[in-house]
This record gives sequence, structure tokens and C-alpha cells, in this order.
Amino acid sequence: MLSIKNLHVKLEEEDKQILKGVDLEVEAGRVHAIMGPNGSGKSTLSYVLSGRDGYEVTDGTATLEGADLLEMEAEERAAAGLFLAFQYPVEIPGVGNMTFLRTALNAQRKARGEDEISAGDFLKLVREKAKALKIDADMLKRPVNVGFSGGEKKRNEILQMAMLEPKMCILDETDSGLDVDAMKLVADGVNALRDAGRAFLVITHYQRLLDHIQPDVVHIMADGRIVKTGGPELALEVEQNGYADILGETA
Amino acid sequence: MAVAQAKQDLTEARLAGLEMPAGAGWATEARQGALARLRAMGLPGRRDEYWRYTDPTSLTAAAAPRAALFDPGDEPPLYDGIDRLKIVFVDGVFDPAQSDDLSAEGLEVERLSDAMAKDIHWARDLYGVLEARGQVPVARPLAALNTAFATDGVAIRATGKVSRPVSLIYLHRAETSDAILHHVVRVEEGADLTILENGPAAARFNKCMEISVADRGAFHHVRAQGRDHERRAVTHMFARLGAESLYKSFTLTANGVLTRNEHVVELTGDDAVAHVAGAAMGDGKRGAFHHDDTVFVTHDAVNCESRQVFKKVLRNGAQGVFQGKILVKPGAQKTDGYQISQALLLDEDSSFQAKPELEIYADDVSCSHGSTTGAIDETALFYLRARGVPKDVATDLLVLAFIDEAIQEIEDTRLADDIRLRLQQWLERRRQG
Ligand SMILES: Nc1ncnc2c1ncn2[C@@H]1O[C@H](COP(=O)(O)OP(=O)(O)OP(=O)(O)O)[C@@H](O)[C@H]1O
Ligand SMILES: [Mg+2]
Repeated sequence: MLSIKNLHVKLEEEDKQILKGVDLEVEAGRVHAIMGPNGSGKSTLSYVLSGRDGYEVTDGTATLEGADLLEMEAEERAAAGLFLAFQYPVEIPGVGNMTFLRTALNAQRKARGEDEISAGDFLKLVREKAKALKIDADMLKRPVNVGFSGGEKKRNEILQMAMLEPKMCILDETDSGLDVDAMKLVADGVNALRDAGRAFLVITHYQRLLDHIQPDVVHIMADGRIVKTGGPELALEVEQNGYADILGETA
Repeated sequence: MAVAQAKQDLTEARLAGLEMPAGAGWATEARQGALARLRAMGLPGRRDEYWRYTDPTSLTAAAAPRAALFDPGDEPPLYDGIDRLKIVFVDGVFDPAQSDDLSAEGLEVERLSDAMAKDIHWARDLYGVLEARGQVPVARPLAALNTAFATDGVAIRATGKVSRPVSLIYLHRAETSDAILHHVVRVEEGADLTILENGPAAARFNKCMEISVADRGAFHHVRAQGRDHERRAVTHMFARLGAESLYKSFTLTANGVLTRNEHVVELTGDDAVAHVAGAAMGDGKRGAFHHDDTVFVTHDAVNCESRQVFKKVLRNGAQGVFQGKILVKPGAQKTDGYQISQALLLDEDSSFQAKPELEIYADDVSCSHGSTTGAIDETALFYLRARGVPKDVATDLLVLAFIDEAIQEIEDTRLADDIRLRLQQWLERRRQG
């Protein structure tokens, strides 16, 4: 599904190398988790994959189902099936949540040569998905993320994911700021989408989310590289001992 | 102060091509008075402080520069689904054939020339009267010129709650038309009137509206200036508000090589409310775009509220100007004055100049003003694109969001939604090239 080879990325504006050779293969139907100390480059990786400006790829490749992601505009990557649940979801005053969702969904459909969804079908779909995530009608009416609490913003990200049904879902610390119940809702939302044709890359600092979303593979990222890869037990090790041991081993 | 020779020459050159329409004694007196005012001031030039950011040359020239007609294609006309009393002007001339019968409940509408031919008419207390008051402390010579030479217009008096808006439609048919229209509007005590305006009107358009709102009266105004790229317009709204009255005006401008919209509002009765708003969208790629909103609000009574909300979206070298003043006279205690002017510049070639002013002679007031110039929010743009919304569509979503604060000033939600829909369609059409 997602294939990253030897990815090197620096900041466009400064001479600062952030990713220093990332290699990662995420197969369809699987859930991979990435853990790693603050500042190790996890969000940068997610931004570079989704097409944010400000980064320069100096070496390496990234493909989604064989298609070169790095050649595409951000919107083309989304239409190709890539989705990033933002670590810090963006507030957009003046743009209604519903307008936003419908515009996004129809834009993706159009890009894939599909028909637009009718207003009625859209409404039905959004109500159903919102209900499962306990997002009320008032939140849907409000401008995108404006006045949402931290946890509401994260649930809104998962709502977008549920509506857009992407193939490759990257979740950047979607668990941070969630209370125990919201964590469960979000995990249920993710688990409902798990199927053979879809893959997940879950960036997190905590084992807690991984209790609910069982990963198949866990990677540790440090200083711009994947330094260790293992099974779910790797996350438990981090939870108990921190990164010192792991990083010590690999240093 | 004597008017400089060059200014006199400019003024006389313009006057040479104009003829003062005949009318009743009072009407001629009003026009002659305006002509005398105009000669004492002279037409504006680039050196005048009030025209510092906008070049009036093409507005004062003897002849109107030509303006190509804009083809709106198969777009439905504005306010299409709204039941309204239509009054149509073609290149500045009233067209009875395309207009509705000028009678409606709670309303008197007359063609200006009919009103001004009568020896006794309520318009006498208004025509040129508010305009003359509005010449102090800042000269507005193009409004005086309008009073002296306006060839057409309507006199509207609302005596009750008028159910249907009065819709003034200005069609542009001749490429060199030069129109001068003057309307007088009187909203009687407790009456409620909505006036809609739309259309480019002419290659060059000079329009003046004088509005008197009596105690507890309400006046709503929604205007969309036509999209003809080469049109030029100077408009003046002069309003005087009685106690507990309401005045709300919104203007949408898209395209136009030169537009200067002046608003002069005087709150003379206690507890009156005046909101003046505007949204302008300009693209220098299809010919030049220069839009100037000049507003002067005077508080001369207790506990009044005024609000100015102006938004401009500029691209490809488009230019925007805002000059807004709040004057609080001695004794106008408990004044609540607010003013915001904001420009969204979509590139570095476009520019916005703002001159906000407060002049306050009362101590118990709350007045604030702000002006911002900014680029598109890149973070929001990326967020939208990451969800699959193409860059141009995402930009337009953010443009609409930016403008919406001004549209929210329209009280009637049907009218506000119609304006929103139009904007969406225009942006969509623009994207499709
Ligand atoms: N635009 C930028 N300007 C300057 N430094 C940047 C920028 N983007 C990323 N960095 C730096 O790159 C490094 C990696 O940042 P990144 O946000 O990818 O880390 P992270 O692994 O997601 O951390 P966290 O766990 O705290 O979210 C950090 O040192 C960060 O300061
Ligand atoms: Mg991060």
C-alpha cells in the first residue's frame, strides 16, 4: 500500500535535515504504529506524505499503491486515497463543517471520475457517521473546528476519515487530548474502517490507544530514521522503560 | 477660499456638456444652489486630500470613457426569487415598459421629474438638502454636481411597513452612456422599507440617494454593483436618522475599473442604529480594478450605535481603499461606534490602503476601529487541500468565509443567501475561466 524508501527531507527555508533516510512498508489490511521521542520527525513524515509546503525531499521515494506521491499535489494525494488525521486540526472560521465535508467528498469523487453525492444521501451519511462518534448536530453546523474542544477536534478528524473512506490512513497523535470514553469512540471509529483493502499508520506516544487498536507492527523513530521495528510488544517495552534502552541498543 | 484656476477650468469643462433639467421653482432653486456649491468647491483632483488614494480624473472628465458590456450568460438575475417592486433604468433613463406599476401598499413612488415639477412636494425637504449638509466638513463636489444635473431618479415615501422591497435595476446597454441619477427616500415614523439596487447602470454612473428615516423607522438597503469590468461609478448615500430608527446598508462590488462609494450618515435622534457594510471582490487580470469605500458617520444624539464592516478580496493588481470616519459630537454620550476594514490580498501585486479616523468630543463613549491586510491562511488552505479540495476551490471557500462577516449585516436572510449564492456562482464561473 504505502512504500517509503530512503526518504530524506530538509526544511525548504533553512538548512535543517529532519528526515534522514526513512524506510517503511505498510501493507494493505495492516495497522502499523510509529512511536518515538518528541522532535524525532513523525509529524514531518506525515506532512511530507500528505503534501504540505515548506519541505524539500532531497532523496528517496514515497509511493501509494505504486503511484509516486511526491509528484502529486496535496489534493491529488487525498483523491488517491491518502488521509492524514492532523496532530493539530485547523480551525477555519466562516467555513461550515457540513460545507467542508461535502465539498471535500465531492471533490474527491470528481477527481476519481465518480458522480457527486446527492444532498439527501450526504445528509444521511453524515448523520449516521456523526452519531457513532457522538458528534452532535450543533458541531456539524459550526465552522470547521472553531470553538471545538481538543477532544472534539480529534473526533471531527475521525468523522472526516469515516466520510472520505481513504485507503491509507495516517493518524498523528489522534489519542492526545482524548478522555477515556472519547479514546474508545475514536478507536471504535478506526476499527470499524479496518478491512483488507485499507491500511493504517498510527503515530502515538502511548500504549493506551494501541490497547484498543491492535497494531500488527510497531516502529520506533528517532532522529529522522526508523531505528527499530517489532511486534506489539515493542510498544509495551516503550511504555515500561522509555526510549533509553531501545535507543541505547541501536546507537 | 478661491478655487484654483486649473480646478475652475476642469469644472467648467465638465459643466459645458451638462444641461439643467427644468422643474418647479423649488426644484430649480435646489439645483442652482447645488451648482453654486459645486463652483465654490470645484471638481476633485488628484491633489485633494480626500482623493489621495483614488484618481477622480475619469469621473470628472467631460466625456465618459467607453465601457464594454458584460455578458452574464445564462445566470438568473439577482434577487430572482424575491417578490419585489421593479423599477428599471436603462443607461440612466427610467423605462416604464420594463418596470412594475409604481404603486404598493404603504408606499408612494414617483419618477423624480414628476415630483420636481410639482409646486408642493415632500421631496423639497430632502432634495439637495442632505447632500448640502454632507458637504461639511469634507467637500463632495461630485454629489453637488449630481444634485444640479440629475436627469432621472425616483422619489419614494414609505408610510407603513412595506411588504415588498423596492428594486432599482440599472441596465447598461450603450458603451458610452453617462448617467446621473438622484433618488430621494423618506421613511415616515414607524415605517419600514427595503431598497434593492443592482446593475452596472452605465459606462459612467454618478448616483446620489438621500434618505431620511423618521423616528422608529427602518431602512434596509442591499446593493450589487454590476460586473461590467470597464464601468466607472461614483455613488453617494446621504442619510439622516431619527430617534430609535434603523439604517442598514450592504453593498457587493465585483469588477469595475473604478468605483467610489461614499456614505454619509448622521444619527440625529437618540437610540438610532446605523450599520454600513460592503464586500468588494476585484481581479486586475480582467482589466484594472479600483474600489474605494469612503464613509463618514456622525453621532449627534445619545445612545446611538454605528457599525462599519468592509471586506475586500483583491488579486492580480487590484486596488482597494477604505476611508472611514466616526465623528462623535459634543453631547453624543453613550455612543457605541465600531469600524473594521479588512483586505485579503491574494498576491503581492494587489494593494489596500486604509485611513480609519475617530474624532470624539464626548466623554462617555465606546468607539473602536481596526484595519487589517492579510494573505490567505496557508495552514487552512493546506488542511482543505489535504481533504481533497483543489487549491482554487479551497481558496474560494476561504474567500467566501472572509467576506461573510459583511454579508451577515444583511438582516433579511433570503437576501443574504441570494448574495452568498451569487458570490459562489461568480467565483465558480471565474474558476472556469
Ligand atoms: N517548519 C519547521 N521549522 C523549524 N523546525 C521544524 C519545522 N518542522 C519541523 N521542525 C523540526 O523538525 C523536528 C521534527 O519535528 P516533528 O514535528 O516532525 O516531530 P514529532 O516527531 O512529530 O514530535 P512530537 O512527538 O513532539 O509531535 C523538530 O526538531 C522540529 O522542531
Ligand atoms: Mg508530532
